[in-house]
Formats: sequence, C-alpha cells, structure tokens
Amino acid sequence: MTTAEELPINVNGDVVLVRQRVRTVAVNVGLSLVDQTKVVTAASELARNALVYAGGGQVRVEVVHNGVRQGLRMTFSDNGPGIPDIEQALTDGWTTGNGLGLGLSGSRRLVDEFALESTPGEGTLITVTKWAR
Amino acid sequence: MSVHTDAGRRRIEELLQEHEGRVLKRWLEIAVSSTSNQVDRGGLADQLRELYQSLRQSFGSSGDLSDLRGLLAELSRDRARQGFTPTETAVVVFGLKEALYETVEEDGSPDALRGFIWFSRVIDDLGLFTVESYATAREKIIIDQAEQLLELSTPVVKLWDGIVAVPLVGTLDSARTQVVMEKLLQTLVDTGSEHAVIDITGVPAVDTEVAQHLLKTVVAARLMGAECVISGIRPQIAHTIVTLGIEFGDIVTKATLADALAHTLRASGVRVVKGGESRIAVRTVEA
Amino acid sequence: MERVPILKLGDILIVSIQIDLQDMSVLALQEDLSERVVATGARGVIIDITAVEIVDSFIGRMLATIAAISRMLDAETIVVGMRPAVAITLVELGLSLGGVRTALNLEKGVALLNQIENQTPTATW
Ligand SMILES: Nc1ncnc2c1ncn2[C@@H]1O[C@H](COP(=O)(O)OP(=O)(O)OP(=O)(O)O)[C@@H](O)[C@H]1O
Ligand SMILES: [Mg+2]
Repeated sequence: MTTAEELPINVNGDVVLVRQRVRTVAVNVGLSLVDQTKVVTAASELARNALVYAGGGQVRVEVVHNGVRQGLRMTFSDNGPGIPDIEQALTDGWTTGNGLGLGLSGSRRLVDEFALESTPGEGTLITVTKWAR
Repeated sequence: MSVHTDAGRRRIEELLQEHEGRVLKRWLEIAVSSTSNQVDRGGLADQLRELYQSLRQSFGSSGDLSDLRGLLAELSRDRARQGFTPTETAVVVFGLKEALYETVEEDGSPDALRGFIWFSRVIDDLGLFTVESYATAREKIIIDQAEQLLELSTPVVKLWDGIVAVPLVGTLDSARTQVVMEKLLQTLVDTGSEHAVIDITGVPAVDTEVAQHLLKTVVAARLMGAECVISGIRPQIAHTIVTLGIEFGDIVTKATLADALAHTLRASGVRVVKGGESRIAVRTVEA
Repeated sequence: MERVPILKLGDILIVSIQIDLQDMSVLALQEDLSERVVATGARGVIIDITAVEIVDSFIGRMLATIAAISRMLDAETIVVGMRPAVAITLVELGLSLGGVRTALNLEKGVALLNQIENQTPTATW
C-alpha cells in the first residue's frame, strides 16, 4: 500500500502547493507537529532550489515503510546545470546566488535521510526521508 | 487441494452445522475448565458463539478470515485485561478441536476423520494468532506507557507570573530532552511567560547530544521572544560541556534554582525586599 | 499574487501574515513595508506570524531584511507569535534571525516597542 504522487515545480506558486501537499502527507504518515514542520520546511527549500537554480523540476512524494515504521520520502529532480562540488554546496553559508546558503545544509539537518546526486550539465536528484517516531 | 481433503472439509462443515448446539456447549465446558480463574460464563458463551458463527461463515466465503481475526483479537485483548495469560487464551481456542472431535468420532466416516486433520490445522493457526495479537496489544500498551511516563517525568511548573521552570530529574536522553524542549516552549506560549528556568540539578550527566538540545531550546525560546536560564549545572557537567567544545555563549547559567529565580525575577521587574518579616514588593515595568 | 495588508495603529504598523506566502508576495511585502514606514513616519513595525506554519530561509531572510531596512528608517521591528515548532525548525535549519527582535504575542510586542521608545528618549520629533 504505497501511495506516491508527482508534483511539478515550474512557477513560484508551485512551491506553495508542494508545501501544502507535503504537509497533508506528513500528517497522514503520523509525523509529530515538529517533524511535520521540519519536513515541510525542507520541501520548501529544495523546491525553491529546483525552481531558482534549475529553472524548474518536479518532486515525487511517497509514503514508505520500514517494518512497522512509516515515513515520508521526497525525491526532487531537475534537468538544470547540476552542482559541480557537492560537498561545497552542502556547507553552511555557501551560495552562488544571493541566498543564505542554508537551504541544502539546513534541509539535511531537518530530515533523517538525505542523498544528493548531481551531474554537471545534466541535473540534480535529491532524495530525503523523514520517519515517524 | 485433493478431492479427499475437499470431501473431508465439506463433512466437517456439515457436522459443525448439524451439531452446533452440542459442540458449542462442549466447547464452553472445556474453555471454562481450562482455567482456575473466575470467568464470566455468560460473556464467554456469547464470545464463543460469535466465534463459532464467524468460523462457519469464513468456511462458506472460501476462507476469508478477516472477520474472524477481528473477533479473535478482541477476545485476546479482553482476556488479557482480565488477567489471563496468552496461553490460557490460546487453549480456549484449541478447545474447539476437542469439542468437535467427539462428534467426529461418533460420525466415524473416513471423510470426517480426514477433514478433522484439516480442521485442526485451521484452529492451530487461529490459536497462534491470538498469541500474536496478545503480543501486539502488549507492545502497544508498553509504548503508550513509556510516552505517558515521559510526560509525567517532565513537568513544567509556574514559578511566578511570567516565569516557568522545568526541574529535570534523572537521566536525560535525546528523546526525553526533545520532549521537554517542545513542552517548555509550548508552555511559554500558553502562559505568555517570557522567562524560563531549566533546572538540571537532578541530572547526573549529559552527553553532547543532550547538551546541544538544551542549547537549541534556549535559542528557540529566544526566537519566540522569551529568555531561558539554566541552573544547577554540576561540576562534571560543566566539565563535559567545556571539553566537548560546546559554546554556551551568552546563555545565562546559575548555580542553583534559587539563584536562577532571583535572576529572572529581577529581569522581569520584580523586586524582592527583605524586611522584619519577609515581604515581596512588586514593581511592574511600564508597559 | 496575494498581497499582505498593512494596518496602521497610532505610530505602529502591524502586519499579520495569514496565508501561505509565495516568494513574490514576500518580496512585495518587504517593499510595501519600507514605503509605508517612510510615508507614515512609523516608529515601530510588528509582524505577527502566529498563523504562519513554516518559516524557511527565504521568509527568514525577509524578516531580517525588513528589520534592517526599518532600523535605517528609524523604526524598530518586532516579530511576534512564532510557534514552537517553527522556532525549533529554524534553529535546526541554522537561521538565527540576527537583528530581529521577537515577542511572544502582539500585546507583548507593543509593550516591547514602548519600552524601547522609553529607553531612547532622543527620539526625534
Ligand atoms: N537544484 C540545483 N541545481 C543547481 N544548483 C543548485 C541546486 N540546488 C542548490 N544549488 C547550488 O547550491 C548552492 C547552495 O544551495 P542552498 O539552498 O544551500 O543555498 P542558497 O539557495 O544559495 O540560499 P538559501 O537556500 O539559504 O536561500 C546554491 O547557491 C546553488 O549554487
Ligand atoms: Mg536554497
């Protein structure tokens, strides 16, 4: 019984829709209020990055199981310029735009599992998971 | 499934229908005698009848056991609450085999005997299922109680108008510290308190993660517009914090809860005056 | 795009964020606010985020920017009503909201503004 859905991230308003959809799924999965807030915040950061740096992309939101535990998994993908130096991009305060450079590094702290794959010139794939306690 | 088994199964279903009254009565006798505990005979009889019917129905509906499992889980829960062991509950279910066997023996046909082997297997599974659901129910109770304990062991108390405190006692692990953190912050909102004291006099030791959580609580409270003071840091804990290289920065720490209270009272504009007899003068800041 | 209304109460501007803000609305609010501070000569800005369910790096940066701009225009900014879950998340995210003053609720925010006012009697006429 795995539910999954794909949401587009093409315009500014899509980021809001992603946040709202992730909130609903987070509630259904049984995440605590604080964990809901954390995962929605991470969704907001990663969706905005896809929009700003890759000109758009999409996110797959799904419910995952590990034994009796339920979790929420989000997979952000885009066909943008990619990230040449992943370690650097994951450093607090590092930005090529005019942000705070906290989106990626902060999101990593907000979730339980975080994986980033990127090929320069091809795109970026970020998978994050938050487990219900 | 072979033709033999099919015929056997059919014969058992027939016997279960034809001799319902007798088998049920016998089953109840066996169930009651299987335990030394006092039982509610009427209640048990009703439950067994329900189970019996549900079992027959499941045979009719080509083996859909979900209803039956629901009833068994209920029986298991019920009896656990009455203090029966999971074995005693399983024995009640197994009792149906014995109850039916007498009827099968009387019938004596090869079909009935063959069917009885199949029937035994079904009942064995169901008996095991009650044990399983007993374990699940217990697990849930344990988790719930652990959560309640966590709640109980972390009281947030009001010390003064606008000042709350969490006296922490015992070992702090990461999970408990997080619960405290959330509860304290929520209390600040609910009571409109701008000052909080986190007293760790009763905490023997902290590790890095716990120290970090305490620190984050203070920073989060500040983001919300409230100030936290940490009191009762033992020398060993101070040592840990320093050697771990954790920056407590500009966070106010006090030796005792009393010092912390005096500090927060002053910070919130209350002056404590000592006269002939103890007196407290309250001066409110212009607001 | 939705615009967040700005209320004027005496010499205080009050913004109560009630919707899930998209980035454009956040930027618009930032602009609207600095214009209104200048136009009204307000001495204080209160941003009420009681209804806000998440503050990400974008909104966090907006709050810090508004505070910095207002201060330059001689107005103090107070952010009020931050939810515990939001505060905990911000700390984890690594946002400190430096330079932004906060209060538990609207009432305490107004009190804080008055207190700041009294501490700086050099306030211009
Ligand atoms: N999907 C992406 N495609 C290409 N580059 C990316 C992508 N996501 C992030 N980056 C790069 O990684 C850097 C760091 O991202 P991060 O989200 O941590 O900070 P930021 O977006 O610059 O600022 P903030 O999110 O704090 O406002 C970005 O400046 C950008 O160069
Ligand atoms: Mg970003």
